[in-house]
Amino acid sequence: MSLENRVTEIIIDKLGVKPEQVTMEAQFDTDLGADSIDQYELIMGFEDAFGLRIDEDEATKLTTVGKVVEYLKNKDLDQ
Amino acid sequence: MNRLAVVTGAARGIGYSISEKLVESGWSVAGCDVLEDDLKAASSKLGDAFSPWILDVTDEDAVKDVTGKIEKELGPVFGLVNNAGITRDGLLMRMKKADWDIVMNVNLSGAFLMCRAFSRCMLRQKEGSIVNISSIVALLGAPGQVNYAATKAGLLGLTRALSREFAARNIRVNAIAPGFIETEMTRELSSEVREDYANRVPMKKMGQPENIADAVHFLLDDVSSYITGVVLPVDGGLTT
Repeated sequence: MSLENRVTEIIIDKLGVKPEQVTMEAQFDTDLGADSIDQYELIMGFEDAFGLRIDEDEATKLTTVGKVVEYLKNKDLDQ
Repeated sequence: MNRLAVVTGAARGIGYSISEKLVESGWSVAGCDVLEDDLKAASSKLGDAFSPWILDVTDEDAVKDVTGKIEKELGPVFGLVNNAGITRDGLLMRMKKADWDIVMNVNLSGAFLMCRAFSRCMLRQKEGSIVNISSIVALLGAPGQVNYAATKAGLLGLTRALSREFAARNIRVNAIAPGFIETEMTRELSSEVREDYANRVPMKKMGQPENIADAVHFLLDDVSSYITGVVLPVDGGLTT
């Protein structure tokens, strides 16, 4: 499964949104309705799924689906 | 499997009584304290259900390290009791900044660090209960205790704010405000303060650490599963 699809699956699972809502441009707060704790839990979900820890300063910059995908692409992931 | 609770300031006084009550009620307890000898004594009295952890709650790195080890060795933490507290009493005019800072660091920042450390675990398991041990001086004030009273009032703010953050995640956050309880700490208070409090207790007696332990057990247990963000005075009617 591609990285994009894995990220999308996690977002659908954690936020209960529809697949078509999860575009690369989608903002977690305004487009996907995630409050600040939802976003924190989402980061935890990415960390668990990809076996890494995301620094708090980095985490606050991951405001869109595309930014998460881009961030993860630059990491050495155990996929 | 028994539920696991972490209790800070567990070696003596109210913290020990809380640990004892929880162990008697079938919980496992990770007891944290800086008092190594007292912690060992507590451990030998409470048996295998109590695991002792040397921890200075003001040390951010140590909190991160020890809380990580507790989770790794003992499993997910359901309950957290922020009980560690100190006093450095004195009139405001004579209070040293260091005495303000150390009380703030132990009583308030320590609770913040512990809550933060275990929030991840509780969010992941979508359940948990945090009990912060405040004091009636947060509500009434007490001469010579501006530092202590400020931290205990701060704990109430922390409790209410965090309860809002976590409410939808099935993690409850409550506070207990003990009244005049017979412990090593209250024996250090000036006789004027002790007499003042004792005379004002409607039940005309001081409380025992076990009274606080019973209230903590209630707030950790599922019997209080719809209670969050409250401050429960356990004070013989002093604040009512």
